[in-house]
Amino acid sequence: MPKIKMPRGTPSLDMTPMVDLGFQLVTFFILTAKFRPQEPVIVDTPYSQSQKEIREKNMLITIDTEGRVFFDLSGPEIRKNMILQAGDSAFPALKGKMSEQFIERFQTMGAFGVPTANLYEYVMADGPRRADMDEAAPGIPTDSLNNELWIWIQYGGTEFVRDAKANLNLTDKDLRDPKKGLNYTIKADGETPYGKIKNVIDTFRDLELYTFNLITGQERETTD
Amino acid sequence: MAEIVGNEGGGGRHQKKRAKKGHVHMDMTPMVDLAFLLITFFILATTLSKPSILEITYPKEKDIDSTEITKIIDSLAITVLLGEKREDLFYYYGKFRQDTTKLVLTDFSKDGLRKVFLDKNYKIYNAIKEAENKFKKREILEAEFDSSRKKIRDDEFAHFVILKTIDETPYRSLVDAMDEMQITNISKFAVQDMSETEHILLRMTKGSQ
Repeated sequence: MPKIKMPRGTPSLDMTPMVDLGFQLVTFFILTAKFRPQEPVIVDTPYSQSQKEIREKNMLITIDTEGRVFFDLSGPEIRKNMILQAGDSAFPALKGKMSEQFIERFQTMGAFGVPTANLYEYVMADGPRRADMDEAAPGIPTDSLNNELWIWIQYGGTEFVRDAKANLNLTDKDLRDPKKGLNYTIKADGETPYGKIKNVIDTFRDLELYTFNLITGQERETTD
Repeated sequence: MAEIVGNEGGGGRHQKKRAKKGHVHMDMTPMVDLAFLLITFFILATTLSKPSILEITYPKEKDIDSTEITKIIDSLAITVLLGEKREDLFYYYGKFRQDTTKLVLTDFSKDGLRKVFLDKNYKIYNAIKEAENKFKKREILEAEFDSSRKKIRDDEFAHFVILKTIDETPYRSLVDAMDEMQITNISKFAVQDMSETEHILLRMTKGSQ
């Protein structure tokens, strides 16, 4: 019987295609990745059968089960203008605290749910401390005597329009198109009592804003 | 990419001595490991499914004040009461009459609230479906479809839903009710506080079941 020749050493395998594919995938995911912004609270949204997807430009109001209200607006430039305008004239608690560092940190921050009295401390806090503050945050006041949410929405909306007109050359007509204009988006937990959400909706209606996007999860056709 | 031709292997002195033949094999394991680590990370970190939205236009304040409501033809109003729990879902037709109005229990299933809405609103629902089919077959343009849909929805005899809430109504109930409205093409609606008498009736009806 002829002897079978065993190959010496380790067999070498051409890994080129695998590595190529691997890097293709890496590149794809790096390019398409859109990171979920840091959320101060976890909210379990209700479901709907709506097929519409969330639009790009949002003013996001988050309301958790306890009814705490969080405010978020995207776009660092708009945020900067908003805090500059609002801090100067509308929020006495921020008088004299508007340092350059404060504004810079506010610009890149996500949603916040503290009254302006605590805002400076919150913005200047670092990651873990801020998470603690989120947990204890009372939410943005929405009661009629001290409706800070009203002011944030008002200034945020104004600055958005100003920015869109100046930098993107959009007209009033363009801005009425939800794809280009600002969308007022409400994200609330399914268990939140409606009384708390009504405060937010009434605030919007005071500002003559009547169209909202309610964030919902996609529902399977079979409902219980 | 996987192999590097080893011509320049060694310094100038060595090269003269003996030019290397064949290929230099590079150990690519760490690189591959890293690549797959990155893949895993990005797969886990990307959000592939965007959340969906329910676009709702609230009526302007003046539209829902009591004088306007009373003007609405009695037979066109469907009032939905959303109670403290998701199961506390009742409806009645027309105006509220203290002694004769009876609440009917329903639920959020396919044959529940949706059927209540459809039974009343089927004409408009069918008209919109028809327009939608035309649009799907490309017989009409999108703008045309949008305007005709708006026209159908705002019909004088379109049904009107009044959602009555209490402070404790879970948001989920409201969104579910609005979702049913969108499915059945009801666009005229209002959200109001439940009156005390309605609330009492709700509790009584619930207690008797």
